[in-house]
Amino acid sequence: MILLALILIPLLGGLLAWWAERFGTRATRWVALVATVLQLGVAAGIWAVHPGGGQTWWLDYARPWIPQFGIGLHLALDGFSLLLVLLTGVIGVLSVAASWEGITVKVGFFHFNLLWTLAGITGIFLSFDLFLFYVCWEVMLVPLYFLIDVWGHEERHFAAKKFFIFTQTAGLFLLLGMLGLVLTVAARFHVLTFDYFTLMQHPLGLYPLARWLMLGFFLAFAVKLPAVPLHTWLPDAHTQAPVAGSVDLAGLVLKVGAYGLMRLTLPLFPEISRAFAPIALTLAVLGILYGAVLAFAQTDLKRLVAYTSISHMGFVLLGIFSFNTMAWLGVTIILLAHGLSTGALFIFVGILNDRVKTRDITRMGGLWARAPILGGLTLFFALAALGLPGLGTFVGELLVLQGTFLVQPLFAVLASLGFILSSIYALWMLQRVFFGPPAPHVEARDVKPHETAMLAAAIALTLWLGLYPQPMLDTARAGVAQMLSTPEGGTP
Amino acid sequence: MFSLLWLAPTLPLAGFLILATVGARLPRRVNTALGVGSVGLAALVSLLLAAAWAAAPPGAYTQTLWTWLHVGTFAPGITFYLDPLALVMLLVVTGVGFLIHVYAAWYMQDDPSIRRFFAYMNLFVAMMVVLVLADNLPLLYLGWEGVGLCSYLLIGFWYREPGNVKAAMKAFLITRIGDTALIIGLFLLFAQLGTVQIQALLAAAPGLTPAAATWAAALLLGGAVGKSAQLPLQTWLPDAMAGPTPVSALIHAATMVTAGVYLIARMHGIFTQAPGVMTAVAVIGAVTMLMAACSALAQRDLKRVLAYSTMSQVGMMFMALGVGAWTAAIFHFMTHAFFKALLFLGAGVVIHALGGEQDVTKMGGLRKTLPGVYWALLIGALSLAGFPFVTAGFYSKDAILYLSWTAARGAPWLWALGWFTAFLTAVYAFRMIFLVFHGPAVQAHPVRDARVSVPLGILAVLSVIGGFVLLPRVLGGFAPFAAFLRPVLPEPPQRDGGIFEVVLLAASAVASLGGIGVAYLLFARRRTTSPDAGLARFWRQGWGFDALYDRLVVHPYLWLAQECRHDVVDAFYHGLADVCLMLNGWLSALQNGRVRWYAGALVAGAVLLLALLVWR
Repeated sequence: MILLALILIPLLGGLLAWWAERFGTRATRWVALVATVLQLGVAAGIWAVHPGGGQTWWLDYARPWIPQFGIGLHLALDGFSLLLVLLTGVIGVLSVAASWEGITVKVGFFHFNLLWTLAGITGIFLSFDLFLFYVCWEVMLVPLYFLIDVWGHEERHFAAKKFFIFTQTAGLFLLLGMLGLVLTVAARFHVLTFDYFTLMQHPLGLYPLARWLMLGFFLAFAVKLPAVPLHTWLPDAHTQAPVAGSVDLAGLVLKVGAYGLMRLTLPLFPEISRAFAPIALTLAVLGILYGAVLAFAQTDLKRLVAYTSISHMGFVLLGIFSFNTMAWLGVTIILLAHGLSTGALFIFVGILNDRVKTRDITRMGGLWARAPILGGLTLFFALAALGLPGLGTFVGELLVLQGTFLVQPLFAVLASLGFILSSIYALWMLQRVFFGPPAPHVEARDVKPHETAMLAAAIALTLWLGLYPQPMLDTARAGVAQMLSTPEGGTP
Repeated sequence: MFSLLWLAPTLPLAGFLILATVGARLPRRVNTALGVGSVGLAALVSLLLAAAWAAAPPGAYTQTLWTWLHVGTFAPGITFYLDPLALVMLLVVTGVGFLIHVYAAWYMQDDPSIRRFFAYMNLFVAMMVVLVLADNLPLLYLGWEGVGLCSYLLIGFWYREPGNVKAAMKAFLITRIGDTALIIGLFLLFAQLGTVQIQALLAAAPGLTPAAATWAAALLLGGAVGKSAQLPLQTWLPDAMAGPTPVSALIHAATMVTAGVYLIARMHGIFTQAPGVMTAVAVIGAVTMLMAACSALAQRDLKRVLAYSTMSQVGMMFMALGVGAWTAAIFHFMTHAFFKALLFLGAGVVIHALGGEQDVTKMGGLRKTLPGVYWALLIGALSLAGFPFVTAGFYSKDAILYLSWTAARGAPWLWALGWFTAFLTAVYAFRMIFLVFHGPAVQAHPVRDARVSVPLGILAVLSVIGGFVLLPRVLGGFAPFAAFLRPVLPEPPQRDGGIFEVVLLAASAVASLGGIGVAYLLFARRRTTSPDAGLARFWRQGWGFDALYDRLVVHPYLWLAQECRHDVVDAFYHGLADVCLMLNGWLSALQNGRVRWYAGALVAGAVLLLALLVWR
């Protein structure tokens, strides 16, 4: 029941926030903030009261929905999902706070879309029925399309369409894969079900059609992740989205891709995925290096940050396809740390855009002299992006690379070159924006208190992940082990 | 007493945190006091630890603060490990670091960003202490990257000058190449031996296959050459002089640059399993020390003379490591930290007194205006030149030269290169002294400040007496330093010296005195200036490495980035969209509203269908 609440809070909160607009925009903002804080509080509460130990499934909630087709309202939670739900809560609070001043038109509808996106994402992390998973997938996408299309920057319509076409196509692959899987299982085992755990008990193995089904499940999530060469929607969407949209995209939507691969693609098709690994690992390394080179080449600050995401998600793909507990725990940490630090970088770009009225780094420079606090805060997240030890991203990348090295040393070595390329783009960004002689016509205002508070919270969490990630690792461990094991792994 | 160990990194770290957060609300004097005081307390802690060690040596002391992360046997802790090697490093880092901080309080007193300066400096000391005390490789890597970050921030400290920021980026990126090799080495060692704890790795090292040991040692060496500015990753160090002079003294002379030496000495158990890599260490060191000495001879910028000198001296330490003379390398690290910090601080006073002038050819006769600094720099230069029997530099350099021939892994040609470098070192050290302090006098402001004279005085004393802890056998063989380090660093197997030792000792003395004599003839008697052409120019520009790397790496990368700027992959999707639009255009052109056209299409379709039916 509490799992249902995790989804219903943003869902109802969104409706309430829209309705509250009649009492003024402040009411809307407060309703949205309360809803996101409440969701985060519930998730944190689950984490706090849950007794430690090796138990995989923490909570389970199952009700029949459309029993004729074997569709149920099946929600469940393990430690791995919980961490992602916690991330959703944090990013939710941050994105409401980041929109506090920047969004001034259609405030009610904006917060409705924002909260429904969060609800969809939460639903994805909790759904253990494929049909429900797909419904949540759509609940996530459509509001996000509106966020970009209505509140975005100058080329928002193009970017929103591109985003929608790419992700809808990915959704189509997912739907086809799901229907194919369900029907194949029904034909072979005479069990018509969309239930994750039941499907896991009926492995298709190396059944000929399974290869195509796996490809559907892979493509859908590879677009979302995004993996090179399916990534080109991301720079446009990121660049044109409003701050909260970019924060959500980087912080959460990309994580859905990783989650899908880890929860569905690999556990449902373990044998085929292993055979597919060389291709996926190659794409991962390509993504790490290509994303880093392109990030360096950009002049639009938001585009630059967007390409860094592509590079970091390469590490995620690398870790996932090395089928190794250490790498998967590393992936978990990257998902959390990247969500926080890249989300914070987008907030910083938003703050900067607010001050300088441009995203073009060739027109910036010397900002440190005028906004040293902003400079210091940005320095921190740039260092997180380049993988400085002691910050969250490093722990994740360390575990991913070490885990990958144990099974695929060559790919790990090539991926390590990302450490060099990421330093290039991160330092380049700092130099263009903050160092050198001060650019003319730049407003002198430093950060405001609520902006400092937002970024300080992200800094605290990034340091926690970087210096004492053990609680997160312990929380994720059982779930990760379960997903990595053979299909006989535990059911709730 | 040893339980105080955690304070050594924590005090400077606390200094950094206070300065970085609430420092803005505190007066400048308080900020300065915090910055200097935190390192002073750390130095005090180190002295207490050393005293406790002298009273009752525990062999080694380990302190775990918490488990950083724990996945299977990959379990690095925030754990500090104190043994004789770490203690020597700790004393030098915090002790010399404190003296430089005191000096910096004078040097930076008029800088508006003094709080930022001391914040970065404190963070540096904290990270350097973490590096030397780390009990496992990931923690060492944390310190390793941390000092690199502070180096970056401090080289680019005066960030309005684009050249400074460029030099800072260059330093970070080039060392980062080495760092990446280091972390791959970490992956390899864990994959082979199943632990990341340094002592456990050393214990298990004999079990490595020759191939694995070679790879691991080579990768660690990659990290060391980056940090220690050795070939082929040496080009960042001269440019790093863009930072304030105390930074050059602390980071780019005394401590961080020698981290590579520490790494190899600390991991010597891996290197002894890889004889090929040991040879590579010796060769890299020997070549670097000679090339850098030539470059130092041709420099006009006072700080760049010292930068190339540092590179050269670190090269000498590498040569020592390569022949297995671990203790000699650490000995030279220590004496070098004393006299090179002294030289840099003295040079900072000179530059300050001349209002920012750094060109030695425009200096002269300063011994009248700056007598104290003259004596300090003279002692530093004597020690650097290895003036026989009274300076620390003589004993540490002689130990290296002696072992470069007589150690089992040594060779006469290594000794010859070292001897010639020692000669060149004496020449450029006294070229500097003669050009700056002798000859026709230039206008300068005298400097009188206890924050200058006390650190310079202490370092001058250390540059002399610091050598009397490891004397050659022919001079009595009083060697408490080697005895202290012996539990950690074994002595290299060596041939019997005998009378040979006296000959080599005399040769060292000749190199030093001869070099000083040559410098006197060239620069005191005649004030020779090197031409801006030919070999002098080539040497001055560091043997053309910058131009080479620009052409080989930088330009291709910029070209690649520029070519890919608009995401070549996206062209495919744009093409797809264009094809769709084109099909859309064709199909919508069919629907043109003309009945004649529709009727024609109908008839054509019917004919086609009928034809298909008939021919089937």
